[in-house]
Amino acid sequence: MIEVDLELDCRGLLCPLPIIELGKRYAEVPVGGLVAVVATDVAARTDVPAWCRMRGQEYVGEDAADDGAPRYVVRRLS
Amino acid sequence: MRKAAAYPSGYLDSASSEPLHPAARETLLAAYERGYADPRRLHGPGRDARLLLDNARAVVAECLEVRPDEVTFTSSGTEAVHRGLLGLRPSGTTVAHSAVEHSAVVHAATWAGDAAEIAVDRLGRVDPGLGGGAGGIAGGVVAVQSANHEVGTVQPVAEIAAGLAVPLFVDACASMGRLPLPRGWDALAGSAHKWGGPAGVGVLLVRKGARWRNPFPQDDRGDERASGFENVPAALAAAAALRAVVTERDEVNARQSALVDRIRTTVSAIPDVEVVGDPADRLPHLVTFSCLYVDGEALVTELDRRGYGVASGSACTASTLTPSRVLEAMGVLTHGNVRVSLTRDTTAEEVDGLLAELPDVVRHIRAEAGL
Repeated sequence: MIEVDLELDCRGLLCPLPIIELGKRYAEVPVGGLVAVVATDVAARTDVPAWCRMRGQEYVGEDAADDGAPRYVVRRLS
Repeated sequence: MRKAAAYPSGYLDSASSEPLHPAARETLLAAYERGYADPRRLHGPGRDARLLLDNARAVVAECLEVRPDEVTFTSSGTEAVHRGLLGLRPSGTTVAHSAVEHSAVVHAATWAGDAAEIAVDRLGRVDPGLGGGAGGIAGGVVAVQSANHEVGTVQPVAEIAAGLAVPLFVDACASMGRLPLPRGWDALAGSAHKWGGPAGVGVLLVRKGARWRNPFPQDDRGDERASGFENVPAALAAAAALRAVVTERDEVNARQSALVDRIRTTVSAIPDVEVVGDPADRLPHLVTFSCLYVDGEALVTELDRRGYGVASGSACTASTLTPSRVLEAMGVLTHGNVRVSLTRDTTAEEVDGLLAELPDVVRHIRAEAGL
């Protein structure tokens, strides 16, 4: 599991709530820092990378939390 | 421009269903008087029905620049897709289809076995060289749409066909009547209510000489590729609408393209909104965009409250509660999605009205989410 500066537990939240959470809180990490979104909603698999592209942040990749829930990792660039 | 009185202003979902063309309405009523009998019977009313059905077939063939004996009327676009695609599939083989096909194609492909998916780029376009790859195509038949029903991108069908060693099925439901048919298909499907004909009429084209076999039980109708009693009045009305649409399309497409350009420009200026699909090589009447942090259902519902009927590919608006496979395959935002599609008499005033409301609706929904 990739080590991150902030992990957002968005299990059970439906689109667009995980992305809203990411948009509200990613700036809590310093520039260069990593944020993970743990989301069970399948839309997050497309929407987290799309958010990175639209907001000029870096999509690092997907791994899984301890319970197997998908975990999407983002690097703050600005 | 005068609005047709038959449907309300603000209906911007012609890609789901175009309102009945006036030419179809007149023909339909007249044909119900004369087209009720069984076209196979040898009596006068039967001959009348047969004449109307042959006439419908001839008109459709002329409009689509195919032979009359290549045209079959089905009971829906979906049925035309099923028959066209599955009829081309050599037994024991599977289907390869683009990742952005309509669900009718995907369900038919899955029904036939393990289907292979062909990737698309960010604009939703299939690689035109897909047939030339070293590994070739994993399937006995390939399905590629003429143009995408959700984002409007036109597919390079002729280039794909040129490199293929297996039969090609084309779902042309989104473009039939609006654009000339692409070249290179072995079977092709269209749907009348998408061009302003009545619902319940599909068009299946099977190229003369194509290796097509009926994938379903035979029926003893006049057309061996069809089954069930022909809906003669509806087929004739569909043909009348198609002829009108083909005749008008230079003028209508230019007007719709200009309005779509206006929507693309205005919507792109709203913060964190992305217009998706090809900006130039696209269907003339539809445009799709996604609004970051916005719930698609809330967006569609609020626009409806303000008098505008639009579609959405967001998961929360779908019966399956999964996001649009088209948007997923393109790698674009699936939430906050809106598809606007113009009817033949959508006015500039209606489009401007929508564009005046949209920034406020988006801002309002974002504010409620705390953004």
